[in-house]
Amino acid sequence: MKYSVFSLIRNTLSGHRNWAPAWRAPEPKTSYDVVIVGGGGHGLSTAYYLAKEHGLTNVAVLEKGWLGSGNIGRNTTIIRSNYMLPGNNPFYEWSMKLWEGLEQDFNFNAMVSQRGVLNLCHTDAQRDAFARRGNAMRIDGVDAELLDAQDVREMYPFFDFDSPRFPIKGGLLQRRGGTVRHDAVAWGYARGADSRGVDIIQNCEVTGIRIDNGKVTGVDTSRGFIGCSKLGLAAAGNSSEVAALAGMKLPIESHVLQAFVSEGLKPYIDGVVTFGAGHFYVSQSDKGGLVFGGDLDGYNSYARRGNLPMVEHVIEAGVAMIPGLARVRVLRSWGGIMDMSMDGSPIIDKTHIDGLYLNCGWCYGGFKATPASGWCFAHTIARDEAHGLNAAFRLNRFRRGYMIDEKGQGATPNLH
Amino acid sequence: MLIKCPHCGARPVEEYTFLGDARPQRPTSNDPSTMEQWFDYVYLRDNPKGRFDEYVQHSGGCRAWLVVSRNTATHEIHGTVTARDWTKSRQGAKA
Repeated sequence: MKYSVFSLIRNTLSGHRNWAPAWRAPEPKTSYDVVIVGGGGHGLSTAYYLAKEHGLTNVAVLEKGWLGSGNIGRNTTIIRSNYMLPGNNPFYEWSMKLWEGLEQDFNFNAMVSQRGVLNLCHTDAQRDAFARRGNAMRIDGVDAELLDAQDVREMYPFFDFDSPRFPIKGGLLQRRGGTVRHDAVAWGYARGADSRGVDIIQNCEVTGIRIDNGKVTGVDTSRGFIGCSKLGLAAAGNSSEVAALAGMKLPIESHVLQAFVSEGLKPYIDGVVTFGAGHFYVSQSDKGGLVFGGDLDGYNSYARRGNLPMVEHVIEAGVAMIPGLARVRVLRSWGGIMDMSMDGSPIIDKTHIDGLYLNCGWCYGGFKATPASGWCFAHTIARDEAHGLNAAFRLNRFRRGYMIDEKGQGATPNLH
Repeated sequence: MLIKCPHCGARPVEEYTFLGDARPQRPTSNDPSTMEQWFDYVYLRDNPKGRFDEYVQHSGGCRAWLVVSRNTATHEIHGTVTARDWTKSRQGAKA
């Protein structure tokens, strides 16, 4: 069923009792052309684009929990394409373009809101770095504006501009950046994939990967063996565990990242703002809660919850930027498990095993990449070769020395 | 998380700095033929869900390098030894 104002009126008149489920709950078939492991944003968007762009509809998405129970519902909903390095920027800009047309494309209201992403700078050196980044973005056709302190003051007069420690000198603004309702992204892709014939199988954990003569033949799951000729892994924080089933050891560490939402406030912050002197980013949801986050806790974890020191650190950074936050109460906090790669950039690639494809290493930038990740991964699976947009995100770049290290931290996953 | 430092006793997690997996062994040779060992040491990780031995420095305390054995799924701490003792016990286990 296509959602429209007419379907809304019709269902309102019947008391909202006759809405059809947005996707089926099928029993797994004995085999598929393509099986995707992981029913999060990236897995679902991969299935969607496999069906839509490549006509592959004999596809299953296997999810060990419920649909969208992982990082697609645990992020701070920010989208942006303000990267600098050549391998990254065209990819994230393609993602931004897909976001811009996404709701019409999959007929679902994902509340894509291009409210602008502003990165603050606090020193002259940081402003120089932002000018360089902004120029790199514009070379790739991405919008970027360098603001001075007065420009920022007009947008957000309540920031601590004259802080003796972290005075605000200006910022780099990407107006096309913004936020998206993250759950709706999972639901929209699931519905779009399902309506094209993809089976989305929840509560189905992959327990083994069968390989015969160097070629994938299927997966063992908690609901029995499922055969496939192509297998795509999009397991985010659990990527190392899943890849180990195929005997692979990845350049990945799993780390916990916390995020927070405050009590509801009147409209206060109308864009996304990041603090430049500490790790803090904030936006305000349509319900009024401030959604904010900071840095990794810093130790390997699969626990989906962090510790108090990072909570304090994030909130200290927030109050340093916006003193008015000091009396706002935190409503909820949660953690997600990040697949931190060795250079801070993702991997979308084939593997040495025929029919096995890998999508991982999203660090904590996976949400904004959801559309392009699925689009590129679908291309890689369907054509058995990387698209130009993910040509740099190869698994062998670590061996070959072609790192894409935006932050320049080297092989230290907890610092990216 | 409270981590018990062998020198200072149980101290809160913010006193510690985490380096990461203590299992990878630094290759002893610089010969190009050991490239695979170096690649493995620098970039590849077992990244286990469960018991995990990691190098941790008590940077906000005695500054000693430790090896903490911790469960990455529950954050339970199984034990802490100094990095020196840990290396010795590993070498002992090999010999």
